[in-house]
Amino acid sequence: MFSRAIRLSRAAPLRAAAAAQRAPAVVPIAARRTVTTNAASARVEAPVPESDNEPFPIRLSDESFETYELDPPPYTLEVTKKQLKQMYYDMVVVRQMEMAADRLYKEKKIRGFCHLSTGQEAVAVGIEHAIEKTDDVITSYRCHGFAYMRGGTVRSIIGELLGRREGIAYGKGGSMHMFAKGFYGGNGIVGAQVPVGAGLAFAQKYTGGKKATVILYGDGASNQGQVFEAFNMAKLWNLPALFGCENNKYGMGTSAARSSALTDYYKRGQYIPGLKVNGMDVLAVKAAVQYGKKWTVEDNGPLVLEYVTYRYGGHSMSDPGTTYRTREEIQRMRSTNDPIAGLKQHILDWGVAAEDELKRIDKEARSFVNDEVAAAEAMPFPDATPKILFEDIYVHGTEPQFIRGRTTDEVFYFQQ
Amino acid sequence: MSRFLRPAARFAATARAAAAVRPAASSPFIARAAAVPRVQQRRTYAESSGVKEYTVREALNEALAEELELNPKVFIMGEEVAQYNGAYKVTKGLLDRFGDKRVIDTPITEMGFAGLAVGAALSGLHPVCEFMTFNFAMQAIDHIVNSAAKTLYMSGGIQPCNITFRGPNGFAAGVAAQHSQDYSAWYGSIPGLKVVSPWSAEDAKGLLKAAIRDPNPVVVLENELLYGQAFPMSEAAQKDDFVLPFGKAKIERPGKDLTIVSLSRCVGQSLVAAENLKKKYGVEAEVINLRSIKPLDVDAIVKSVKKTHRLLAVESGFPAFGVGAEILALTMEYAFDYLDTPAQRITGADVPTPYAQKLEEMSFPTEPLIEDFAAKMLRV
Repeated sequence: MFSRAIRLSRAAPLRAAAAAQRAPAVVPIAARRTVTTNAASARVEAPVPESDNEPFPIRLSDESFETYELDPPPYTLEVTKKQLKQMYYDMVVVRQMEMAADRLYKEKKIRGFCHLSTGQEAVAVGIEHAIEKTDDVITSYRCHGFAYMRGGTVRSIIGELLGRREGIAYGKGGSMHMFAKGFYGGNGIVGAQVPVGAGLAFAQKYTGGKKATVILYGDGASNQGQVFEAFNMAKLWNLPALFGCENNKYGMGTSAARSSALTDYYKRGQYIPGLKVNGMDVLAVKAAVQYGKKWTVEDNGPLVLEYVTYRYGGHSMSDPGTTYRTREEIQRMRSTNDPIAGLKQHILDWGVAAEDELKRIDKEARSFVNDEVAAAEAMPFPDATPKILFEDIYVHGTEPQFIRGRTTDEVFYFQQ
Repeated sequence: MSRFLRPAARFAATARAAAAVRPAASSPFIARAAAVPRVQQRRTYAESSGVKEYTVREALNEALAEELELNPKVFIMGEEVAQYNGAYKVTKGLLDRFGDKRVIDTPITEMGFAGLAVGAALSGLHPVCEFMTFNFAMQAIDHIVNSAAKTLYMSGGIQPCNITFRGPNGFAAGVAAQHSQDYSAWYGSIPGLKVVSPWSAEDAKGLLKAAIRDPNPVVVLENELLYGQAFPMSEAAQKDDFVLPFGKAKIERPGKDLTIVSLSRCVGQSLVAAENLKKKYGVEAEVINLRSIKPLDVDAIVKSVKKTHRLLAVESGFPAFGVGAEILALTMEYAFDYLDTPAQRITGADVPTPYAQKLEEMSFPTEPLIEDFAAKMLRV
């Protein structure tokens, strides 16, 4: 029974690479994952209107979704030219921001762990374009894109990575812990955000109102026991929770097939309907989450989504990301399934914007991020004082009288 | 602890002029602090008139009922809290009174429902998360430590987590190793948590109410063996505005010859031992009920040691790295010069709790043990 695990030893990628060299016809990824990961598979069926704000229908590819105990979402989606351009801009900003983080990390200005979402932008952007600001989002440590989409500024996010006082968490949280209104982190413990997210949905139901919580976790986290505990309670109490596995194929360096007995993560809810989505196509993500939100706020209970996506970089900055997968695989995803390139192609094909307008958006996003990064780099570090060190351990005004530092000399008194 | 309290003089004399770390007074900080209503900081004193007998169970039940009544954001969830009326009947009658929206039976998934309760707290509700016993909370300790205690700090102060974790802690009778453990030291070591450990009915009510109202995550370590025990409850404590402050110990019995610092069930045992010490040897032991483990009332301990010159810590956790160890270390740091004998501790034994009764008795502090050990310390 262990033969599969043994066969897929650490040498396997190397053997696969060697085999690939001998016989270049390897199985394409899309064939192994049943929804398409083509980022530009939608089409328009009517002429696109002149006006930026006039909605028009687009038709998603038949391979955008797969469902489990659920009717598929509508394959048509109403969008406006303005929305498409905004989604494009958002994805470019997120990518530029992650690339800036990559550069700053390599310059040794960012400390510790730094997990980038390059390649996965369509998930964060598609979700935000499908929900309201009053809905809640919680995710894992790969959180920069979500923090930005939820309203965090690029300068505060980069400032946080740089450990600055004006960072989004005042330099206390770092890469994995970012919070904003309606955004509950940025959680460093794999899978722990899932029951916490169910709690956010519980609170939404408790207080009433048509709100939902989008809960994200990776394919690695999907095997954590507490994920299933959260599924159980969410279904039992009909919570407005949209669980979502961001399946980027690898939990750190362990591929989905080597970690999960069932790699159909959208079926992992068993008694919860599931929806697998092309996570490289921002339009498919938007359509799926929009549909999911409507479903769950109508008191149909939770959903388990699976966003099929791909991370271009390693698990974190310290992982080159090439020992457990082939360079060809990464290259193929980058060149043929890129979410930004996919939407760009749509925008051009559909006449939403001309090439030079997109170039202008690209340039605008790049210079915006550059300016924000410069502003972040100019931010001061937190003063190395006990007052700053010991603030916010407890809510202001409810602290104990004092907190101990390293020695009896370093005792900090809150009330002078 | 008073800010004038300084480390033991012998240490201070040899120490280099260490930079004082107290920063200069900063007005915006104080202004911010003052803007928050300081409910927990108010002290309420018991009066003798109108005293009633309450069991600890009744006191906890009343505290929960009052807080559920007072604030619609408060709800209680846990295993068997609703229809079963609580595994230990602490939540008896609450389902009937407040309905299943606010008194919620959970499946037996500690990690899941603790995480869920934390999420609800992050969202602005004030959950009371009951663990059938804290032995089972070990399955959920990641959420207590990582999701609840650290989030305010990690978010730079923008994401508070008003949650109360409560349930019976410490050993019960004849339930063997997996159900007999004291977690005071575990939770007491975590920055961001407040941890209390009530002994009497007044403690139970005042501390639980303060815990629910406190905007930080609070762990309330109750004791199963005390649930049925009756205590006098003052008139003031019977009112629905009664809260006890965190970080304030109570001198349950004044004395001049020996300071016994204790918590939870060991307070009662220490009081019995103190009475016997007086009867047999005519010595007066002062018994301090810590009430609060984090923050810890170092001031009360040091003040008492200055008077008695002897310290004995009594607790029922495992000996290594425990509450007793912490008390002894603090006493050594802050009151070394006042001690006439080395400070001592009585703790649980370093053994997984055995089932057989006589062996179990050997594993935890008993009244005669406290009495004999104190007598030995006093050389009487």
